[in-house]
Amino acid sequence: MERRNEMQMEVTLAESVSGESKETTLPDARKRRLKEKMIEKFFLLNGLLAIFVLGGIFVLLFLKAFPAFQEIGFSQFFGSAVWNPNSYSTPKYGILSLIVSTLMVTLGALALAVPLGVACAAYISEAASPRAKEILKPAIEILAAIPSVVVGFLGIVLVNPALARVFGISNGLNALNGSILLAIMSLPTIISLSEDALRAVPRSYKEASLALGANRWQTLARVSVPSALSGIIASIMLGMGRAIGETMTVLMATGNAPALTFNFLDAIQTMTATIAIELGEVPYNTPHYYALFVIGLVLFVMTFLVNLVSDLILQKYQEVER
Amino acid sequence: MSKKFVERLGFLLLFSATVLVLLFLGVILFDIFSKGASVLSWKFLTQPPKQGMTEGGIFPAILGTFSVSLITVIFAVPLGMFAAIYLHEYTRPGRTTRLIRLAIRNLSGVPSIVYGLFGVVLFVQMFHLGTSILSAGLTLGLLTLPWTITACEEALKTVPKSYREGALALGATKWYAIRTNVLPYAVPGMLTGVILGLARAAGETAPILFTGAAFFLPHLPKSVMDQFMALPYHLYILSTQHHAIDKVRPIAYGTAMVLLGLILALSFSAIWVRSRYRQRMKG
Repeated sequence: MERRNEMQMEVTLAESVSGESKETTLPDARKRRLKEKMIEKFFLLNGLLAIFVLGGIFVLLFLKAFPAFQEIGFSQFFGSAVWNPNSYSTPKYGILSLIVSTLMVTLGALALAVPLGVACAAYISEAASPRAKEILKPAIEILAAIPSVVVGFLGIVLVNPALARVFGISNGLNALNGSILLAIMSLPTIISLSEDALRAVPRSYKEASLALGANRWQTLARVSVPSALSGIIASIMLGMGRAIGETMTVLMATGNAPALTFNFLDAIQTMTATIAIELGEVPYNTPHYYALFVIGLVLFVMTFLVNLVSDLILQKYQEVER
Repeated sequence: MSKKFVERLGFLLLFSATVLVLLFLGVILFDIFSKGASVLSWKFLTQPPKQGMTEGGIFPAILGTFSVSLITVIFAVPLGMFAAIYLHEYTRPGRTTRLIRLAIRNLSGVPSIVYGLFGVVLFVQMFHLGTSILSAGLTLGLLTLPWTITACEEALKTVPKSYREGALALGATKWYAIRTNVLPYAVPGMLTGVILGLARAAGETAPILFTGAAFFLPHLPKSVMDQFMALPYHLYILSTQHHAIDKVRPIAYGTAMVLLGLILALSFSAIWVRSRYRQRMKG
């Protein structure tokens, strides 16, 4: 539509040029202004697309999840830990065990990735030489580029036998395996954003600390990290969001047994893995199909909240900086 | 403990954490490339799987990943570029802009499996595109949209303000100024972002699980409405779903190496474009 409009403009433009009378210049200018307005509206529409997509995701998930709430009931989803939708007599749709599994691997991953990631970020921003930075930064980018399915594959071929040997268990596909892999996957997010936060600490803060006789370690631990704390927390939240939503690694490495457990050496099944395993097998628009969209909706809301909180922290922090 | 000792110990800890992170990367790359190299050959890249995927190559998966990525780029790049032009050139500070930016940031945090669910409902069911290259490509296009917008906006930011003002001062309209004095200089930067987004999309598995990727196809897809095999999905199947997992392990390593190699090649070329472009902007 935009193109046709432009063509029309050119035709009228050509007419007005050949017309050479004074009266034509006025509508001409008006038309050009109109064209500019149309172009701006066109770009605005594209800008609004992000809102449409985000809203569309929520609305479609909700529409597909709604029949499940009607047919199966809200209380069964959030009040039961038994997920057995394929049972012939009475299918069970409790998603508590799936939520617990997701939280387990996520917290496990953060327990490993946060100290490691923040330490690495502190090293890059405070101690590394410019040449070391030139190696470290692309290395982190490469780590971020490794597809989750490749990480999951390594969980099967490397971490699985290693865990089995260390803990003397027959099978190393469990929550701990998933946590280790998710830690590796969320490290790049935590490192690069924490490093940004540490780099944003004004130099005068550090210089003041050093001038008062503190050494570099004291300056880092008592000045730089505390001032960058909100940025670091925001980076951890983002890493957490990624870990909650990660699918392929946990699908391949955690054993996929939907039972309620708090033991990291047990096989578990996360929300993402449940959708990935079962959506391909169920017929469209059946209770089981709708139930999977309930999981999707819960997942969407969880990651949305985590991202929103991280966003608010970052914004608060930028305001304070100003 | 003296202060000096604590300082030494502290920085030693930070250094070891960094080495550990590098070690992870090293182990991943070394394991995949050393074990994948043994099956890599011209035949492996150009032949279809044979004997129930226990022999032969991975050509259909390479072709499938390539076709889906093409759809993704055709769909996401113009939309991302236009949105970025709005956000950087036209927008005024206000509620709408804040909302758009919030939506973009949140979209990039939506789990990939949720994009998969969205793709099934929107493209496969509502638009009747079926499980196909097109559905999967469009789903991945939506997934890459926030990255594309951000990358294109970053590229627009590098063009000096004076370029726009010069054109406007000579009487050009806003759009004319953008078209002739901004976009040509922003294109290399946009290209970098697009390549990086493409590299990420090519490695995604969850969004294509139900929108078109197939376990095994005896024939190559004939159009964008056909199902396809894809490298990441092929790796998933070979390592978890196959009936003879141990027997196909070398092929799985080969697939992982081709996938990783493809993504690293794309990422490095993006970094290369970026560095050349930076030099040109300086000179």
